[in-house]
Amino acid sequence: MLKQVRAWVEERTGLESGIAHFLNEDIPASSGWHQVFGSMALFMFLVQVFTGIMMALNYAPTTAEAHSSLRYILTELTAGRLMRGLHHWGASMMICIVVLHMVQVFLWGAYKKPREATWMLGVVLLLLTLGFGLTGYLLPWDNRAYWGTVVTTQIAAKAPLMGPYILTLLGSEDGQIGAVTFARFYAAHVLILPAVTALLVFLHVYLVRRHGVAPAPVETAPPIKFYPRQVFKDTVAIFAMFALLFVLAVAVRVPLGKLADPNDVTYIPRPEWYFLFLFQVLKYFEGPLEIVGSMVLPGLAVLLLFLTPFIDRGKAIALRQRTGAIGVLLLSLIGWGALTAAALSTTPHRDSWKGFTAEEMAAIGTFRQAACWQCHSSTPGDSRPGPNLADIAVLRDRDWLVGHFKQASGPAGQGVKDLRWRQLATFLPKLDDENVESLHRTPQSLVNGAMVYQQNNCGACHQINGAGMKSGPPLNGVAKRWDRKWMEEHFLDPESKSPGTIMPAYKFSPADMTAMLDYMMSLTD
Amino acid sequence: MKSPSPEEPRRGFLIASINGLMGLITAALALPSAGYLLGGSKAKRPADWVPAGDLAKLEENVPEQVIFERVRRDGWKTVKEKASAWMVKTADKQVVAFSPVCTHLGCAVSWDGSAKNFACPCHTSSFGTDGKVLAGPAPRPLDRFAVKLDGSTILLGEIRPADKA
Repeated sequence: MLKQVRAWVEERTGLESGIAHFLNEDIPASSGWHQVFGSMALFMFLVQVFTGIMMALNYAPTTAEAHSSLRYILTELTAGRLMRGLHHWGASMMICIVVLHMVQVFLWGAYKKPREATWMLGVVLLLLTLGFGLTGYLLPWDNRAYWGTVVTTQIAAKAPLMGPYILTLLGSEDGQIGAVTFARFYAAHVLILPAVTALLVFLHVYLVRRHGVAPAPVETAPPIKFYPRQVFKDTVAIFAMFALLFVLAVAVRVPLGKLADPNDVTYIPRPEWYFLFLFQVLKYFEGPLEIVGSMVLPGLAVLLLFLTPFIDRGKAIALRQRTGAIGVLLLSLIGWGALTAAALSTTPHRDSWKGFTAEEMAAIGTFRQAACWQCHSSTPGDSRPGPNLADIAVLRDRDWLVGHFKQASGPAGQGVKDLRWRQLATFLPKLDDENVESLHRTPQSLVNGAMVYQQNNCGACHQINGAGMKSGPPLNGVAKRWDRKWMEEHFLDPESKSPGTIMPAYKFSPADMTAMLDYMMSLTD
Repeated sequence: MKSPSPEEPRRGFLIASINGLMGLITAALALPSAGYLLGGSKAKRPADWVPAGDLAKLEENVPEQVIFERVRRDGWKTVKEKASAWMVKTADKQVVAFSPVCTHLGCAVSWDGSAKNFACPCHTSSFGTDGKVLAGPAPRPLDRFAVKLDGSTILLGEIRPADKA
């Protein structure tokens, strides 16, 4: 029966013989593990298409709803985080694989006559891959997306003569990023780029077939068939890469930040890691020279890459004779690595708990005291039975939470007063992907300090991060004004340090004093 | 049958490995995708009770359409929208609230005063004042809102099939 169906299909479409023809291609006997990267890149493209479609099925591509629909995918849908994780890490992995593919072709000199066009198509495909990264970056519509794209479009706007036209084309006529830019990036990301990429991949593969896989300088054995020996190697490599991707997607959360806010001046934009070197280059060229860093150098680099087959016209393809190529590669790698490292080292780090009020810090203390960790985790991929804490806001309301705390915490939560449960129930739903880790990262001494602060009702006179009264001085930045010793003496006897103050003396226990001083000294801004 | 060459067992291993590894990858993508597409939202909340009319203003056994506002979770959105119900006051001073959606294919049914039944304009199903199917292709009686009375104010909750109401 099956045989008959196969014969029927074969007779009408030639499907089976077509596949057989494709698989039974002759390849040089020297082919092997160094040639798996092309197949890997193609496979990564397919994974991106698949996970991209999966996300599109639950995603609303407008500035009004992109963020909330993505949040819905992440927090309410089974495997939603996995889909986004695969797509996000898949993008990074695809860049790596594409670059490795080019490095292999470069070192083996496989771009030489007659394969120049294959190489040039490959360079265009690299640019398209980067284009995917650039346009996809905006689609979560969080602060990271927004500010990253502001910088990108502003760079484009500085192009001589063309600037204003490019800006208009990017939907940012007035220099603002909004609904039109978003629509353009989305359309580019899911319509234009995939279509163009698919077409060029087809041509690229066609050219590979036309010229055959590049042979070694001396082929000693007769050609072999593509299937199954090379296909096996390709498959093993693809599987290893996919396994790594899957683990990344499960174990490393891709944060969805706060909704894009054009007025948020505290946000520090940073591009994706593979663009960091360009970002760093911009720091070295100022004023009229800026376009050297933003256009001239990157443009030259792409041009050199594109014309590589015509610059290197020598016949040498044996690895041992390719010292020049190896040198160029090492230099580029060192340059890229140094620029990326410099960009990373200058990225300011801000602890996620820095913005919390004393009440919120103390709520972390309640959370830890009641041993909520036994059932709940904030780390992705953790198998504890309770829901992940990053998803609390959409799952439960405040009243439900208070009831749950009392009932589920058991002996650990026995001594906790109602007010503190309510404060915890107010705090937890405010957590998002970006600050949920503060639940276990915030140093315990600071949490203890905040609890002492709360017990002594310091907020009745002082303010921290906008919460509390102002009859005493606000405490943000207090660590910059005074040292630890001064502060300790001030607690014990305020009058001795600030004559005429209305602050009463606080004779804390030694442990409380240490915690309180730790907390005060952490208030640097 | 030809005798297997020394290459054969190795070839079999290679092909089995290719199929096995590709199968694993396919499963690793297909199973989560099934959960993703078929699992629905994890954040299900029961519908709130919403006021929808006054029992005292209804006439016994005379269905009346009541339009009310409710809040509904629509995917990633929470929308405030208008909804309607056909209210029928029963002899024991209780009220039944029918969903206006035909149980056949979802068209809106309305009360036909002369024929004394709920009529669906699409495929001519009709239902009695008790919601039971009188004629047509409808497979089950009209669905009902959960009803609660607060004094004479009618509160409506979730929609359920008649046999579970």
